[in-house]
Amino acid sequence: MNTMSPSISAEADMQSKGAAVPVPEHKRKDTLMEDKPEDTVIEEGKTVGKPFTDNPKFKLRNVDVSYGADRAIKNISLDIGRNEVIAFIGPSGCGKSTFLRCLNRMNDSIEICRVKGSFELDGQNIYESKRDVVELRARVGMVFQKPNPFPKSIYDNVAYGPRIHGLANRKSELDDIVENSLRKAGLWNEAKDRLDAMATGMSGGQQQRLCIARAIAVSPEVILMDEPCSALDPIATARVEELIAEMSESYTIVIVTHSMQQAARVSNRTAYFHMGHLVEVNKTDTVFTSPQHPLTESYITGRFG
Amino acid sequence: MQTSNLLPLILVLAVVAYGLAYMRSRAVAAPLGGIRNLKALPFYYAARAALWCAIPALIVLAVWAGFEGKVIQGIVIASLPQDTWPESAGQASLILSQISNVAAGSLDPEFVPEHIAGAASLLEAMQDKSGNFKAILVVLIAVLGATFAWTRVAPHINARKNVETTLRRIFFVCAALAVLTTAGIVFSVFLETLRFFDRVPITEFLFGTSWSPQTALRIDQIGSEGAFGVIPLFTGTLLISAIALLVAVPVGLLSAIYLSEYASKRMRSTIKPVLEMLAGIPTVVYGFFAALTVAPFIRDLAEIVGLEASSQSALAAGLVMGIMIVPFVSSLSDDVINAVPQTMRDGSLALGATQSETMKKVIFPAALPGIIGGILLAASRAIGETMIVVMAAGLAANLTANPLDSVTTVTVQIATLLVGDQEFDSAKTLSAFALGMLLFIVTLLLNVIALKIVRKYREQYD
Repeated sequence: MNTMSPSISAEADMQSKGAAVPVPEHKRKDTLMEDKPEDTVIEEGKTVGKPFTDNPKFKLRNVDVSYGADRAIKNISLDIGRNEVIAFIGPSGCGKSTFLRCLNRMNDSIEICRVKGSFELDGQNIYESKRDVVELRARVGMVFQKPNPFPKSIYDNVAYGPRIHGLANRKSELDDIVENSLRKAGLWNEAKDRLDAMATGMSGGQQQRLCIARAIAVSPEVILMDEPCSALDPIATARVEELIAEMSESYTIVIVTHSMQQAARVSNRTAYFHMGHLVEVNKTDTVFTSPQHPLTESYITGRFG
Repeated sequence: MQTSNLLPLILVLAVVAYGLAYMRSRAVAAPLGGIRNLKALPFYYAARAALWCAIPALIVLAVWAGFEGKVIQGIVIASLPQDTWPESAGQASLILSQISNVAAGSLDPEFVPEHIAGAASLLEAMQDKSGNFKAILVVLIAVLGATFAWTRVAPHINARKNVETTLRRIFFVCAALAVLTTAGIVFSVFLETLRFFDRVPITEFLFGTSWSPQTALRIDQIGSEGAFGVIPLFTGTLLISAIALLVAVPVGLLSAIYLSEYASKRMRSTIKPVLEMLAGIPTVVYGFFAALTVAPFIRDLAEIVGLEASSQSALAAGLVMGIMIVPFVSSLSDDVINAVPQTMRDGSLALGATQSETMKKVIFPAALPGIIGGILLAASRAIGETMIVVMAAGLAANLTANPLDSVTTVTVQIATLLVGDQEFDSAKTLSAFALGMLLFIVTLLLNVIALKIVRKYREQYD
């Protein structure tokens, strides 16, 4: 069925060191179906499916992240292809957001966070000490869980990035960037008559699209989205999902989501995370129709999570 | 019995009432099948009994103690022979103090006229009688109140509601007390201020440019006319406060930014308490630091660069005061900067902004209203500061904008006007009340503005 047989053990710490405890054959069948699926132990660094692609945008190898003594990401290797939409799914606390935040070094500001492993964006190591994090973040934009527009006007929100990166030499250029970004985010028609209005006065869905426009305005190559629709109603969610589909033509998009339907609708590939492990990566269709790992199957069929 | 003995007695009675009512409520509940069948918990019946015991008794005690003295005085005065009745209030108080001295035994009855000695013995008798009556009445009321509450320990009566209502009223009285005290102080200052404006026209006070409150005690003395122009005092206050704020705002604000955005957790937990300790140093300590160290240093420095500086200067007082109010600015600013949601920082950093760009363009504008509120609070503190200025800036009411000159402030003048033996109805002492009133209005305005700004800030993120 798959390359890795799930082994069951009461001693999880032994497992985390990679020691496989043999389990009698007859027991194995029972526990799989009747024990809680969370108890299934994953072998570290082993990912089912196809985690690697040719000519990837991001090449991530042996990634390990810990907060103090807690290991949040355990030896994950993954490629993220060009112009693909990859969805990270998994139960709460499985490390998918932590992993996402490594991709534009947002974890740098968390004092106790330690990141190990190799991160290559177009072949360049993004964690190199001489590397400018400002340039990295200009290339890898981010949209957050809760819409977080600055308490400024709509125009100033979108113009914020271009201004700090000096993308426009004239006011008219800046105007163009703002208009294009708002158009791409599908917000132009709603916002064009009130560009000077406070962004905080918009509805939640509009605010989130504004945050997407703000991210687009610095012309990034990759956009990271951390549960972008979790604070939105279904209609606003549908609009953002449409937007993701449109944007996938020109950007690489990594989206963390708790909604499996959303992952199924918007992504090309899906990665399933569990307790800091990357359990399975495959084409989205494959993950949702014939998952290869029992944990993935349990999760997408709603047995936990 | 003395009032001071009655208070503990009432307390003891209340505790006894509490215990009895508690036991009775349990006893009442037992045959019904436990306290679940009472309308309220035993605690509430007990608390109600204690309140019924203590509150009426305390009220009677307070009223009695309030009127006792006046009533007895009236009776004693009325008992004097008609031809010795006092003609004025001053005379009456003289006679009364004589009588009470005799009654207290500090004046031998043989040295005073007979009618005074008689009145003294009457006073003594009256005080004894009043004390006994008071004690009996208060204890009686306490016991009656407790008994009443005790009879009303019944399963169908909801004591919880009564207790809650009473407690709410007690809290209200406490809150009202603070408000009434403030109002009382303002009112009395206001009345004295009006008396001052009877003597000195308000226009002279507000627009006069010279301040010299020394008035003559005798008509023929030189300089009998005092000058009560408040402008030099206010320019002095403004000058020193401005210097203080020039020190405190940049230092406080930048340290707040460092602490909230750049410092590591450990650094922050060390620096912040130390910085706040500055606010705990007594101002008089700052004062002698300013007078003995900073002021001479400034004078010497000014002489080196060829400027003339007095040994007491506005600059010295302002600089030291600035250090003193740094924690007001830094602590409040630190709080409002921290109150800006982390998502704002993340949003800005994720767009590739540096930490200082994020600070400058996102955090600071968002926190600005709160920061201004903090600065205004620090300003009203600076305006009200007295000790440092007394010691470091002098008493001379110079109308000047030169920080190297010695100036004086409103608060310093108030202090000097009322220190020492003074005649309390001269223009000189009354002017202190007018100054106090004016200062109160200015700081009140500042506080109102500060609160308004802070409230506006709050609305932004809620």
